[in-house]
Amino acid sequence: MEKTEMIESLIYTKPRSLQPIGTHYCPGCTHGIAHRLVAEVIDEMGIREQTIGVAPVGCAVFIYNYFDVDFAEASHGRAPAMATGIKRANPDKFVFTYQGDGDLASIGAAEILHAANRGEKISVIFINNGIYGMTGGQMAPTTIEGWKTTSSPMGRNVELHGYPIRMSEILAQIEGSAYIVRRSLHNVANIRRAKKAIRTAFEVQRMGLGLAMVELLSSCPTNWKISPDEALKVIEEKMLPVYPLGDFKVDPAIQKHGKGW
Amino acid sequence: MKKELLKGNVAFAEAAIRAGCEAYFGYPITPQTEALEHMSKRMPELGRTFIQAESEVAAINMVYGAACAGIQTMTSSSSPGVSLMMEGLSYIAGSEVPVVIVDIMRGGPGLGNIAPAQGDYNQMVKGGGHGDYRIIVLAPATIQELIDLTYEAFGLADKYRTIVAVLADGSLGQMMEPAVLPEMRPVRPVDKRPAWALTGAKGRDSHFITSIYLEPLDEEKFNQKLLETEAKIEANEVRYKELLLDDAEIAIVAFGTAGRVAQTAVKIARENGIKVGLLRPISLYPFPTDRIRRLADQVDGMLVTEMNSGQMVEDVRLAVEGRLPVSFYGRMGGVIPMPEEILDEVRKLKASITEKV
Ligand SMILES: Cc1ncc(C[n+]2csc(CCOP(=O)(O)OP(=O)(O)O)c2C)c(N)n1
Ligand code: SF4
Repeated sequence: MEKTEMIESLIYTKPRSLQPIGTHYCPGCTHGIAHRLVAEVIDEMGIREQTIGVAPVGCAVFIYNYFDVDFAEASHGRAPAMATGIKRANPDKFVFTYQGDGDLASIGAAEILHAANRGEKISVIFINNGIYGMTGGQMAPTTIEGWKTTSSPMGRNVELHGYPIRMSEILAQIEGSAYIVRRSLHNVANIRRAKKAIRTAFEVQRMGLGLAMVELLSSCPTNWKISPDEALKVIEEKMLPVYPLGDFKVDPAIQKHGKGW
Repeated sequence: MKKELLKGNVAFAEAAIRAGCEAYFGYPITPQTEALEHMSKRMPELGRTFIQAESEVAAINMVYGAACAGIQTMTSSSSPGVSLMMEGLSYIAGSEVPVVIVDIMRGGPGLGNIAPAQGDYNQMVKGGGHGDYRIIVLAPATIQELIDLTYEAFGLADKYRTIVAVLADGSLGQMMEPAVLPEMRPVRPVDKRPAWALTGAKGRDSHFITSIYLEPLDEEKFNQKLLETEAKIEANEVRYKELLLDDAEIAIVAFGTAGRVAQTAVKIARENGIKVGLLRPISLYPFPTDRIRRLADQVDGMLVTEMNSGQMVEDVRLAVEGRLPVSFYGRMGGVIPMPEEILDEVRKLKASITEKV
């Protein structure tokens, strides 16, 4: 009699760079997807033991509990400054910040601008969900015109509160930045593109080209007060027109390198 | 080593370099800027890190990051700039990473002026940033002390995993005096960084540095840990200098430049037959509470003189516990008192004591 062997092939597992535990994120929140993409990239590049992350103040404040890499927790908005200190002390390591839109585009606007201007060799993962998640849904500098939040109950009035700020377009103007792109996490195809961009952002660090930032359009179903499913549609229908996806700055050295990583 | 004529700001910057400071982050502000300028030249020469940050907020957070990576690092500034650093200092205290800061104080509040003042005693000694923490604060009165205390600050910061502040006024930053610079220590080799440092989790478990403890009981446990460190600091690191206290009937207590002026006042008083001595606290935290308490049992009165509206005097009164009159004489706004003014206050105090007797 012929012996049949059961072959089990692993098609999905937790990346090595993530801790084998659950997160505190709300169901359907895209923070989890962004974490996974970063962890997969770190695994694929084999740099887990050479990577140091800097956590924001925001919903991702406990990101260091989820990653199995060295981490520091910055004060609100100051992650790029802290990352500067860490990278200058460890020039051979990979240093990345992970920041929300309140953290990066509001209170930390100066720090990200000048980190980019110095061409700090760090990678920045920028989660743009158009709202302050952690503090319960207040208006962010990225909140879209007309959106109701707990601090813009009548909808964001641009006359009063200013306009949604496009950080990628701004940072692309800065000479020290090397790679500035916007991607989205609202469906699988876009998630794949987001991962490629994150990989490039880390490769840019290896190449020592300057600051790399991947802006990720993300959802906050809890504070948008809609289902996770609807939230993804809102990204596509409401956010994409205000925040077009694209490559705003790509250092020629990256283009020359092609897509070989 | 031989004496050189050195400007205070340059002297402490060079002392920090010789102590092994590997990264300096700062922002220009008078009357401290020569330190930043000295660093901008010397640090790159030595292959070390210098960054002129976009603000003091950024500078202190760069220091925070570098300290987390386990290197010896510092910043320096003056009053308004130090105000901006308070958030960062609180986070650094909450993370127990060693950091050195030099504050060359100027007149305030607000933009104030660039003249020498001591108005930031409370800010530095009482915490300044939010939350429950204390940092070692050292107050020099001469350029030599400014050098020596800055040199020593790095070792103290490492030993207790704490912030060490050197608190001086603008006159110490700006004036020139002959002083001896210490020998050059090498920077810490990469493989000698502390075990808690963030260097990448190679061959060990990953770890993180944070200042958040969501559980009140965990936060309280951390607060207790800081208290234990503070108890050690209070037991081991009290520093002060005394002048002619043995037979003194009146003691002047003054720190930094005010202490230096008071020294002259004591000499004149002694020439006039008044038995006055001087206690000059060097460590403002830990404060020489015990010494002042013992002094209170010996002298008939105390005079505290400061270049502010009366800040350290509160700590002196706490130490004295109401056992004898403590009078205060202060000049503010960047004015340095003259020895004669202090002498007048001594005379007034002496007269009021004699009246009571
Ligand atoms: C100095 C300071 N100001 C305000 C806060 C309160 N706070 C915490 S998180 C946050 C906003 C976070 O929003 P965002 O950066 O968009 O991240 P998200 O939570 O949406 O992921 C604020 C205002 C703080 N912790 N520190
Ligand atoms: S509040 Fe919003 S951003 Fe924060 S975890 Fe929940 S869904 Fe995500």
